[in-house]
Amino acid sequence: MTATTVSSTTVSTGVGELLDLATSVVDSAGPGEAMEVFVTRGTENEVRAYDGAVESLTSADSSGVGIRVLLSGDDGNRLGFAWAGSLDRAVIDAALADARDNARYATPDPDVVFAEPDGTAAIELDLWDDRVLTVPMEDKVALALQLERATRSADPRVRQVNSADYSDGRVEVALASTTGIRSTSRRTTAFVSVDAIAGEGADSQTGSGFSVGRSPADLHPEEATAEAVLRATRMLGATKARSGRCTVVFDPRVVSTLLSVIASALSGEAVVKGRSFFAGRLGETVAHGAVTLVDDPTDARAFTASSRDGEGLATRRNVLIANGVLEMFVYDTVSARRAQTRSTGSAVRGGFSGTPSAGCRALVLSPGQLGASEVLAAVGDGLYVQSVTGIHSGVNPVSGDFSVGAEGLMIRNGVLAEPVREVTVASTLQRMLQSVVAIGSDLTWLPGVAAGQTLAIGDMQLSGD
Amino acid sequence: MAEVFAEDSVSSGAMLDDRRVEELSSGRSRGAGIRVVAGETTGFAHTSDLSEAGLLAAAAAAAAVAKEGGRKVRTVALGPVDLHGRGVKTLPSSVEKSAKLDLLMRADDAARSMGDAIAQVQVGCGDSRRRVLIANSFGLFAEDDQIRTRFNVMCVANGDTGMQTGFESLARTEGFEIFERFNVDEVARAAASRAIAKLSARPAPSGEVPIVLAGGSGGILFHEACGHGLEADHIVKDASVYAGQMGQLVASPLVTLVDDGTVAGEWGNFAVDDEGNAPSRNVLIENGVLTDYMWDWLRARQEGRKSSGNGRRQSYQHLPMVRMTNTYLLAGTEKADEIVAQTPNGVYVKKLGGGQVNTTTGDFVFGTTEAYLIEDGHITEPLRDANMIGNGPEVLRRIDAVADDFDMTPGTCGKDGQSVPVGCGQATLRITGVTLGGTA
Repeated sequence: MTATTVSSTTVSTGVGELLDLATSVVDSAGPGEAMEVFVTRGTENEVRAYDGAVESLTSADSSGVGIRVLLSGDDGNRLGFAWAGSLDRAVIDAALADARDNARYATPDPDVVFAEPDGTAAIELDLWDDRVLTVPMEDKVALALQLERATRSADPRVRQVNSADYSDGRVEVALASTTGIRSTSRRTTAFVSVDAIAGEGADSQTGSGFSVGRSPADLHPEEATAEAVLRATRMLGATKARSGRCTVVFDPRVVSTLLSVIASALSGEAVVKGRSFFAGRLGETVAHGAVTLVDDPTDARAFTASSRDGEGLATRRNVLIANGVLEMFVYDTVSARRAQTRSTGSAVRGGFSGTPSAGCRALVLSPGQLGASEVLAAVGDGLYVQSVTGIHSGVNPVSGDFSVGAEGLMIRNGVLAEPVREVTVASTLQRMLQSVVAIGSDLTWLPGVAAGQTLAIGDMQLSGD
Repeated sequence: MAEVFAEDSVSSGAMLDDRRVEELSSGRSRGAGIRVVAGETTGFAHTSDLSEAGLLAAAAAAAAVAKEGGRKVRTVALGPVDLHGRGVKTLPSSVEKSAKLDLLMRADDAARSMGDAIAQVQVGCGDSRRRVLIANSFGLFAEDDQIRTRFNVMCVANGDTGMQTGFESLARTEGFEIFERFNVDEVARAAASRAIAKLSARPAPSGEVPIVLAGGSGGILFHEACGHGLEADHIVKDASVYAGQMGQLVASPLVTLVDDGTVAGEWGNFAVDDEGNAPSRNVLIENGVLTDYMWDWLRARQEGRKSSGNGRRQSYQHLPMVRMTNTYLLAGTEKADEIVAQTPNGVYVKKLGGGQVNTTTGDFVFGTTEAYLIEDGHITEPLRDANMIGNGPEVLRRIDAVADDFDMTPGTCGKDGQSVPVGCGQATLRITGVTLGGTA
């Protein structure tokens, strides 16, 4: 294993080539023109097993470039962007011409600038595992087949395995700008996931499980199987519940999803543009005193860890909510200038076809003292939610309105009881943050921008019959 | 079966945010996906290297995966497709960027003119041209040139009770000429009035209530309640509540549901699907009876039938799978205002957002973005956003009125990590009971 993010003087050939390419484009910037070039190259493999055989196997390389051009003038800078799914020089030149032309039409804005090195040293992280490359494809195929077989035979009530997938990838990124940014990074990922269908009579229920790591050797397919089977089988016989107000206990995977929605309201960009319910509330108590929320991409345990942000600045540990008090927002360079502050190293970008924006990358809600079962015991009666649906249609990070479809089990006398489906749980994000009843100690690292743990929230509206 | 799917796509977009033209963007992508199917196994590789060597390397990778020997090479070339034959009059790439920006400014003004409560306006427009060529070892050779143009407005209104949002979009598989027929001011005003209306909204009710969905409110109901469940990939894996239900009554007799990729100009329209097959008008449910599923080539082959033209993929980097195109409920004969008048108490949904379904259980959610109480047969107070939840076949059986005011809405459908443009359509209809996930 080698370091993932390295300074430009010690880059390995792969990312070094990319940085050379990015730098050569940047060097073509003309007078009065600033430029930022993001170059990425990756390889992905995906195996899907079904019914004892390989249903599909995908193996592919992809690469691309994203170019931002700034034309400076007396009344501000004008930004243009273009991307291309190729590293061919002629294609890059065409994209560059597009970016330059696009910049001519933007509104001049003194706050639109590129990041400049800010003196914060990047914490180098080890996010690369050669075994993604060296483990033979046959072994990866065998992983998917074994996952499917094990899940099918784990419980007599499993009547179908809808999908059993192994996937991995490696990605290398280089970023260069006329403002002195030179950044490279690389990472590997490996993933198994399985969807099980359990049946009893006419009743069918589903459950999914997964395991993630930096290489196939990190994966625990048996845990993915156990999770998928438990989630599917314990839902058998589920019925609608009675409407009413109750305490809701969310499982770690759901909590990760909830935190990712809250993260979008903690984006300095959303705040400065008046699109966050947190706007104007810095220094105020916005959550229960037990809530401390930290975005820390420098923690290598986070699947989404990264030593540098989407503009090439060092990522850092940002404490957003401390003991219930809203301490700060996350900023990229432009939103920070608009808010008259400095970038928090929180630029995120969706690959080469996206431009940077401010966002959280690795949120952690500080764990409490109680284990998952102790949280249930403390709650006594309520609803345990194992999965939610409709996050995008029913949760609004601007107004804070929260309404999602839910399935799970009733909590009776402090333990899990009968399964429940086709219900919704609703509140507002503002009220939910204030109504925390218990935070579990069972912090779980998950793919996505947030880790999760068991979390109990009081006084939510359950809608069913 | 061996197949090459070549794709050349260009796109452009512009965004006006907080009265500033923040970003104009352009994108280009070109490449080929090569699929080899041997027995039940599919091998797939893609490349952005369209040289003969690049294609052969990808083909070898795909074939090795599918463990298929043999080597047949057909030479193919991207040729022109008659766009005028497809109804496209003005290629968006031929339009001055300043003309696009004028539209954004106009919409911004129109949104802000709706009232001082409008605090933020974000206007975006975009267009894409996607040329595809598909050739396979059965001798199929097909190509298409797909032009899409979209425009959307998002408003934030600020009031004593906090902030509310309103969104509206226009999207067609057509060129820039859509702006001759559709007024961007109206798109902006719809988004702004939606946000403003919700400032005085009360929490939505909790529990089962009668729902009247307005014509063109989103049509997402059918997309989620049965559309996904009628995709053959879920059927052949017995992962849908609609598996084994052919010929059965699965909905109210008022329901005749069609998926139709041929509807010119609609967001889910194309000349050939991403496996080279022509789209068709497929009646999925007729008078409440399940009559067909949707098929791509792979799943149709397993059942010894033909593709229904529903094999789609996000790009050359993705395997095709069964997808919806334009999915709609045929209009009824009643009048929308009479349906409301005949609903003593309930909720009137003027606009829906997105939704999600578990095809195996049939449970689905869909969210409101503009809704009102119905009291004594009258539309009254606005309600805050909430999700509704129901079970597909149960909800479809509870449709007891369908009006004649049919309209379509564009949307983006996500499945297995791939997004494709789709259309949804319906007239005003009533469901006798759905669980509404409000807080009141």
